[in-house]
Amino acid sequence: MMKYKALVILLLVVLMLSACGGQATPQPLAPVATAESEATAPERFTLRVINWNGYGSDEPFVLEQFGKLYNVKIEHDYINSEEEILTKLRTSPATYDVILPNVAYLRIAMQEGLVEPIDVARLQNWEKLLPRFKDLPELRDEAGAVYGVPWVWGATAIAYNTEKFPNGIDSIQALWDPSNKGQVGIFDSFEDEIVFAGLALGDKTPYQPDDLQAVKQKLLELMDNVKTLWASEDEFNKLFANGDITLGNYWSGAAARAAKMGLPMAFVVPPEGALGWIDTWAIPKDAPHKDIAYKWLDYMISSEFYLTWDNTAGAPAPTTQASLDALAEDHFNRAVMGNPEVLARLVFMETMSPETREEWNRLWEEVKASQ
Amino acid sequence: MGRWRRLFSLIVLLTPSYGWLVFAVLAPLGIMFVFSFLSDVPIGERAVFFTLKNYQDFFQNTFYWRLTAKSLLTGLYTTILCILLGYPLALIMAKIIPHRWRTALFMLVIVPFWSNTIVRLYSWAIVLRKGGVLDLFIQWLGFESGSLEILYTYQAVLVGLVHGYLPYMVLTLYIAIDRVENSFLEAAASLGANAWQRFWRILFPLSLPGMISGSILIFIPTIGSFVEPRLLGGRTGTMIGTIIEDQFVQLFKWNFGATLAFLLLVVVLILMALLGLLLRQMRLLRGEGG
Repeated sequence: MMKYKALVILLLVVLMLSACGGQATPQPLAPVATAESEATAPERFTLRVINWNGYGSDEPFVLEQFGKLYNVKIEHDYINSEEEILTKLRTSPATYDVILPNVAYLRIAMQEGLVEPIDVARLQNWEKLLPRFKDLPELRDEAGAVYGVPWVWGATAIAYNTEKFPNGIDSIQALWDPSNKGQVGIFDSFEDEIVFAGLALGDKTPYQPDDLQAVKQKLLELMDNVKTLWASEDEFNKLFANGDITLGNYWSGAAARAAKMGLPMAFVVPPEGALGWIDTWAIPKDAPHKDIAYKWLDYMISSEFYLTWDNTAGAPAPTTQASLDALAEDHFNRAVMGNPEVLARLVFMETMSPETREEWNRLWEEVKASQ
Repeated sequence: MGRWRRLFSLIVLLTPSYGWLVFAVLAPLGIMFVFSFLSDVPIGERAVFFTLKNYQDFFQNTFYWRLTAKSLLTGLYTTILCILLGYPLALIMAKIIPHRWRTALFMLVIVPFWSNTIVRLYSWAIVLRKGGVLDLFIQWLGFESGSLEILYTYQAVLVGLVHGYLPYMVLTLYIAIDRVENSFLEAAASLGANAWQRFWRILFPLSLPGMISGSILIFIPTIGSFVEPRLLGGRTGTMIGTIIEDQFVQLFKWNFGATLAFLLLVVVLILMALLGLLLRQMRLLRGEGG
């Protein structure tokens, strides 16, 4: 008996220790993907990229064009939130060569000294950027140095199933409509959801909410309609294709890709507004391969890259006039996103203080915990 | 002289395993314990100081307690379901099935161990969703009162957890039941005990240690689980485990994540101490002593 007891206690201790240690292991849903180049000659080195899964830079044609041209292997570390970019840079300095934060998170990276200033004179395509992106004050520090190259921009608004909603969706309230109970998929992000709830409450400045308690109440009501929360483009598309969800908040570029894949998906920026973002390529501090990083930045904002991406997979709105002009007249990124009225409805992502982020995150955790 | 040599060889033999244990388990745990009292992750030029804020945050936000309770209940449900499903299986394997068939049955029990968690859970998603395998089967049987949809509910989380952890229960119970000599049961039968009495008075009490160790093996990992709730639970899938994971992976709030993990550890230690006390009382009542 004593022997057995000792064994149980030993097992218990080891298990508890390993259970606690286990909490720190990375989420198995976000594996590190390696994009192998088929070149026979060994690549000179590996260019390490942080981006979202399936978001342009990991398309096969990029390896074909960029990888072969510079004889580099391109390796992606995927993220499920903007915060994760910062986490990776803080914990693994001098590891990554290029990263893709949106403008709001680029600001945080700049304040923390996680990114390098970019010598825009070394970018042949810099001058081709539309002035409203090229001159964006958020890209610059007080001295005027540029830290990010605007790549694409778009909206987080509402994607819906065209078979289920043949007449379309004309309000953000569709997410709250009781007739859509159990059909809504929402992005597991405190920032996106709190902004959406604010917009649904008629708040024109959801980053400075009038009443955070009302926002919380609105989110609790939203949860009644929610089937599940999604964390990646791939996950949303799976849920959508299986019919588990018929609508939800989603990214404009991702919706374009899903429609191109044959999913019955349409995307709408509702009259109440939606969240706007501008994604920028940046070079982390002490990046190992800076020269190639510059080539990467230049290639990423080229029309050659953008148009191939849009034709083969589907892309958000471009940041250069040349790319915009090459799109068909009725292309979503030209007809809808190019419409000044739609642009005026977008609330662009803002840089939040650590205190606000903590407060919003805790509110979101409480809403999720209530289920 | 012999004594010293024995001591020396003991040290030589034990150093690798204990050294590894200290290095791989206790050191990271110690670091995390310290982290739970820090204001920030000490990387780069961040100003870091000792604080109790992380613990205050936990106690001031009641929803963290509720989530902890939810996770503890999930562990309890999973354990009970594993006992209910695993006991008959272990009993049949140990006492009824002939030896040569046991290997095949063991394989069936152990296969979930070999399969990747993600693959296993996505397979469950295919089975449990509306229009999925289970739904179609139920409809084929002729129940037409609407379709069955378990995916993205709390029940789906339990299904995933029970499937993943059932082998622990079956294996520990099998060992315990197998060790009960058949002669005990034959003796009881010869004294007039019927099948139920033989089970309840002889076999069951003697298999209890196996059940308890199996329960501990299941309960502790399930209360910290985050993959199963996230993939199968839908909007109900927020547990203390998923919140801890978010702190580490997404939010870079390791300090608060460490705090949550340690509080969970404390709760587990208290529960285990209570369980130990209870078992001792039971034994004292039965007059067995310590």
